[in-house]
Amino acid sequence: MTHIDRRRFVTAAGLSLAAASTRTIARSVDLPFGNGTRPLVRFPQKRELILLTSRPPQLETPFEVFDKGLITPNDAFFVRYHLSGLPQVIDPATFRLRIGGHVGQPLDLSLASLKRDFPVSEIVAVNQCSGNSRGFVEPRVGGGQLGNGAMGNARWRGVPLKALLDKAGVREGARQVTFNGLDNPPLDGIPDFVKALDIDHARDGEVLVAFQMNGQDLPFLNGYPLRLIVPGHYGTHWVKHLDEINVVDAQFDGYWMKTAYRIPDNDCNCLIPGQKPDKTKPIGRFNVRSFVTSHADGARVAAGRTAKLRGIAFAGGSNIARVLLSADDGQTWQEARLGEDLGRYSFREWQLGLALQKGEHRIMVRAETAAGETQPLEQRWQPAGYMRNVIETIRLEVA
Amino acid sequence: MRKGSIALAASATLVLCGAVAARPLTFSPPAEAVPAVLVDSEGEIVVNICSTCHSLEYIVTQPRGKGAQFWKDSVAKMINVYKAPIAPADADAIAAVLARKFG
Repeated sequence: MTHIDRRRFVTAAGLSLAAASTRTIARSVDLPFGNGTRPLVRFPQKRELILLTSRPPQLETPFEVFDKGLITPNDAFFVRYHLSGLPQVIDPATFRLRIGGHVGQPLDLSLASLKRDFPVSEIVAVNQCSGNSRGFVEPRVGGGQLGNGAMGNARWRGVPLKALLDKAGVREGARQVTFNGLDNPPLDGIPDFVKALDIDHARDGEVLVAFQMNGQDLPFLNGYPLRLIVPGHYGTHWVKHLDEINVVDAQFDGYWMKTAYRIPDNDCNCLIPGQKPDKTKPIGRFNVRSFVTSHADGARVAAGRTAKLRGIAFAGGSNIARVLLSADDGQTWQEARLGEDLGRYSFREWQLGLALQKGEHRIMVRAETAAGETQPLEQRWQPAGYMRNVIETIRLEVA
Repeated sequence: MRKGSIALAASATLVLCGAVAARPLTFSPPAEAVPAVLVDSEGEIVVNICSTCHSLEYIVTQPRGKGAQFWKDSVAKMINVYKAPIAPADADAIAAVLARKFG
């Protein structure tokens, strides 16, 4: 805990400085990298989460939440905005979703019509920020310095994008579909946050326009009333407060596709630290990751008893085939038991009992997908700190 | 709100006007803290200009010791990419302050 006195506050609207009322005691957490102390704060509809930034809001899920269940509760789900012009009021009675561009018949839908006039489906899918875990990247890179909590797994309910596009009638020559939400730049000239998917991806039947998350309306900060769900793909594509869908007959070249959220276009999507990429492409699917959730790094466990380890694994659309643990720096690996299968886009639970001698142990966890993808032993480096998926290691103190 | 939560969170509000879901949701941004490390005469230009578009945690949570060029590049990105209306002299002054404070 940190005592913060002489704290001053600035209002978002007018930047007027005012002395803080009195001393406040901020609860905080120390993410395990340099300059990683963060306050815990409560935002509307959210429990206490790790504050990265307040305007626009960026909130990270405390990691212990991931040990409580495979579904991340709405009030614990991470929050990430890019531009500080958040909508102030959203009225579901007057909200409209517009689908237009290179279509036969543009649509202008109320929420009621969306829910009533189209097929509805559900999918359990992980959303993960491209820069999840960026704070651990070495050498360090600029950007949001996140721990491992910019991810979450939820059951999304909504209308398949395909159904909306079919109704509007995609015209010959369509190349991409763009997505825009109610959030805006704080000043003119700053590129609005608009994302694009290729037309075939947009029509794959899995991409959803979701109106519910875990059986409830989406929380405001997770995109109320509608959010694009792009299973297996990084959160940058999951446009919040979605109100505008446009079919285009060319490659969309907005800033957030053409310049931002690009990765090295080579076999490993990686570079030697400090290098600049020759060629880049938009970030797409998750790579495979796994974590221990039952024990924190440095946890103590009792000697003479089997340590029951548990955790999660997930990937970008291929099922988790195996999760393996090593207690001897990777010389030998033991296979964990996999838990309930909620689908190939969900967190998958794993469990394994380990009999460990007294002393300190390094426990490594590695997942493999059905397609044969696995996690690297050495961290792969990207200039923007995206896609970290190195094998995670925790220390256990057996005493 | 529990005792011990910081004031920053206390003023964030989201109002559901009525019990049923089909009513407007309003969001008011929370009050923001100026990080202690920027509360001095040198930090004033950073507070005044940078917080036009974003809260100041964006700055103070960056890794330390990245060098003066890191901060010069960061300010240049705000101007060139995000079109922040910052005069060249102010941009230089901001980059210099950030380099001195955060290395």
